[in-house]
Amino acid sequence: MPNLLREASLKRQTVFDLLFRNLTRLAAFAVLALLAAIIGSLIVGSMPAINAFGFGFLTSSAWNPVTDEYGALIPIVGTLVTSGIALLIAIPVSFGIAIFLTELSPRWLRRPLGIAVELLAGIPSIIYGMWGLFIFAPLFADHVEPWLNDNIGTWPLLGPFFSGPPMGIGMLTAGIILAIMVIPFIASVMRDVFDVVPTMLKESAYGLGATTWEVMWQVVLPYTKIGVVGGIMLGLGRALGETMAVTFVIGNAHELHKSLLMPGNSISSALANEFTEAVGDLYTSSLIELGLILFFITFVVLSLARLMLYRLSKREGHGA
Amino acid sequence: MLNLYTRRRITNALSLGISVLAMLFGLFWLGWILWTLLEHGLPGLGAHVFTQTTPAPGSSGGLINAIFGSVIMTSVAVLIGTPIGILAGTYLAEFGQRGWLAPLTRFINDILLSAPSIVIGLFVYEVYVVKVGHFAGWGGALALSIIVIPVVIRTTENMLRLVPNSLREAAAAIGAPQWKIISFVTLRAARAGILTGILLAIARISGETAPLLFTSLNNQFWSSDMNQPMANLPVVIFQFAMSPYEDWHSLAWAGALLITLSVLTLNIVARVMFRQKSNSQ
Repeated sequence: MPNLLREASLKRQTVFDLLFRNLTRLAAFAVLALLAAIIGSLIVGSMPAINAFGFGFLTSSAWNPVTDEYGALIPIVGTLVTSGIALLIAIPVSFGIAIFLTELSPRWLRRPLGIAVELLAGIPSIIYGMWGLFIFAPLFADHVEPWLNDNIGTWPLLGPFFSGPPMGIGMLTAGIILAIMVIPFIASVMRDVFDVVPTMLKESAYGLGATTWEVMWQVVLPYTKIGVVGGIMLGLGRALGETMAVTFVIGNAHELHKSLLMPGNSISSALANEFTEAVGDLYTSSLIELGLILFFITFVVLSLARLMLYRLSKREGHGA
Repeated sequence: MLNLYTRRRITNALSLGISVLAMLFGLFWLGWILWTLLEHGLPGLGAHVFTQTTPAPGSSGGLINAIFGSVIMTSVAVLIGTPIGILAGTYLAEFGQRGWLAPLTRFINDILLSAPSIVIGLFVYEVYVVKVGHFAGWGGALALSIIVIPVVIRTTENMLRLVPNSLREAAAAIGAPQWKIISFVTLRAARAGILTGILLAIARISGETAPLLFTSLNNQFWSSDMNQPMANLPVVIFQFAMSPYEDWHSLAWAGALLITLSVLTLNIVARVMFRQKSNSQ
């Protein structure tokens, strides 16, 4: 009798095991299903616009709710330009922060500074937007933009990009605020990948008489190249999809200007501003297609970023 | 001409100096933003913020309906997202050694982790708001839960991987079935870390604005009906800050201060808690 009981109990546990394993597998599967559902619903939602405009949507700068003509060129350019400005500023600064945190900072300062950088990443984007609109943009308009106009604005090649009315609101402001937002992401990835460099390698270089800078530039950076680029792409992915901060300061004008001081529009800010007020199927559908384009671009960028970071961590695994 | 040795030393000093400046540059913005929030948010932060609902322009009011809506939607989002996240994270850490599902899920999850939140808002709009025909609190909660899931999966997997294998083997050696090993030994050992992940997820969604714009929208009045548009702090801040009214601005600043303080507190608590846990091990 006890034997039979034990067998029944064993069988029950096997069933539980099976159930449990499949429950967790189902949850993992749900993540894939979620992605498929997001892509699917965006495609279905943008079908009317795809049918109406075809590939011309990507190159058209029209945006006219009255005549029901839409094109994605202006928001796409706005998104790419603001993210580009953000990276130009964020990459060197993040590199500096990562060097400071891994090589220069006294040990007791590392943790608080690391937390401070992460807090910068934790501040919600709407806060950056408000601060940008009420505090940063007016100061920028009064002090920096006139200077840009007078100095760089007269240069032959770069000039047209930096001349225009100093309004404070525009692509350049949006790019700078995006830079502040992505610095913590890039810096913390750089710090993490710098930490995986074998101490032996660095100490050999120091032993040969290299300076700290030479060790960073000629030993650490080449060793972690893939990871650093991965981190930058991760930051780019963030910058491309960032919504609220950009919406506050970019000006939301469907205009294409050469000058970075002029207002523009990005994909996410067009969505945030217009989606709830969009009337008509084609208008809504065009906005959803913008969302689809944004998702596609960020998906590609983030995939590349992850693949690069995986490659670095794999190499680290083999080395150890 | 300087000799090579001096030149190298100068390059070194210069670049290290620049790196210190970069660090200060980062801290400078953090300090400036926090200072601005205190300067503009504190004067508007009185008892009325917590007792009155959002006002019409020109009259007095507070943010209580928005705070309430945010708390409700965040809680529902965490209740939906956490179980799925923990289960999927468990699969990745405990069962994911073989097959294609685990690596693919890990990859997709890492992408969802940084996917633009406004697209998630669009998605929920398409699959929920369009179907029910109006904006509703459930939609907002659903959108937020989609942001919670990847965060929880990532931390759950990482924390379970930190649990030493000897613990699993010990439990298996005394005859515990696998589901018991995982739920009563490994998940319990990783408890603090997983809780950290949930706190970070809450911090992440409590400031999210973009996914709520097309889902829960906003409500000027007190409403606890999740089937109706629901007020929430981020969208109220957005609308009030974009408005031309001075008294709305001051409420927006107060709300911004509230959100930032709670997000930063959650972040710090999560980190301190996880640190204590790893020290005690």
